[in-house]
Amino acid sequence: MDARRESEPTATKNRTTVERKSEREVVVTRTINAPARIVFEAFTKPDLFKRWWVPKSFGLSLLSCELDVRVGGTYRLVFSHTGSEPMAFFGRYIEVTPHSRLVWTNEEGGDGGAVTTVTFEEHAGRTLLALHDLYPSKEALDAGIGSTDGMGETFDQLDELVVTLGANSGRS
Amino acid sequence: MVQYMRARLDASFAALSDATRRGVLEQLGHSDASITELAEKFHMTLTGMKKHVGVLERAGLVTTEKVGRVRTCTLGARRLEEETAWLERYRQLWDSRFDELDEVVEELKRKENVDGRKKRE
Repeated sequence: MDARRESEPTATKNRTTVERKSEREVVVTRTINAPARIVFEAFTKPDLFKRWWVPKSFGLSLLSCELDVRVGGTYRLVFSHTGSEPMAFFGRYIEVTPHSRLVWTNEEGGDGGAVTTVTFEEHAGRTLLALHDLYPSKEALDAGIGSTDGMGETFDQLDELVVTLGANSGRS
Repeated sequence: MVQYMRARLDASFAALSDATRRGVLEQLGHSDASITELAEKFHMTLTGMKKHVGVLERAGLVTTEKVGRVRTCTLGARRLEEETAWLERYRQLWDSRFDELDEVVEELKRKENVDGRKKRE
C-alpha cells in the first residue's frame, strides 16, 4: 500500500496512515524527517506544539495552550471557532518518557474519552510516530466514528443535501 | 478528536453557505469537471475557482486529482462507507497536522545546526 515516493528533490512528504486496529483502537502513523528528540520537543513545548496541532485548514484558532508535560500534569487547549463558543480540550499526562513515549487522557468528552499513546521510534535520524487512541469500549469508539452520537446522522444529512442539490439542478 | 471532527463538519456547512460553491457541487453531481471547466462555467478566474474548490475539498465535499496538467474534481467522500469516510477524514486531518509538524521540526533542525556550528567555533 505504500505510495510510491515521487521523484521530488527533497522528498519531505511522508505518508500518513490511519487504521482501526481493534474494536477499541484507532492508530495513526507517520514518519517525520527528524530525530526523536526534536519531534518530542515539538510535542511537549507549548510554543512549538501550538504551531502545528491546529493546521490552518481546520478553520480554528488556538486561544490558549497550556501543557504541563510530566506524569500527572494537565493540559488544556482552548480554541475559538467562527460562529460558536470557544471549545476546550483537556486531560492529563499519565506517562512521559522523554524522546520515546507520551500517554495522555482526553477528558473533554466525559467518560467516553480515549487514552492517547504516542510512540516515537527513531531509525537513521528519522522518527516513526504512532498515535494510538484507545477508547474505553467499542461503543465509545463507534460513537466517536459517528454512528450513534449524531455526527453520523449529521454527515448523512449533509450527504443528502448534496444529493438534493445535484438532483435539483438536474431538473432545472 | 471527535470535537475536531465536529469542527470540520461546521466547515462543511460553511462551505455550503456560498452560492457558487453550491453550484459547483450541483455541477459535479452530474459529472466530474476540471477546474478550468468550472471556472468557465461560473465565469470566474482560475484562481477564484481554485479557492472555491479548495474550500469544498477541505470540507471533504469534493476530492481532486491531478492527471498531467488537468486537475479533475469529483464529488467527495460521501460515496464511501461511513466508517471508511470517517477514517479518511481523520487521516486528512492528521495529514495536514503532520505537514505543519514537518515545518516546525525543519526549523528546529536548522536552528540546531546553527547552534552546533557556533559551539564548534
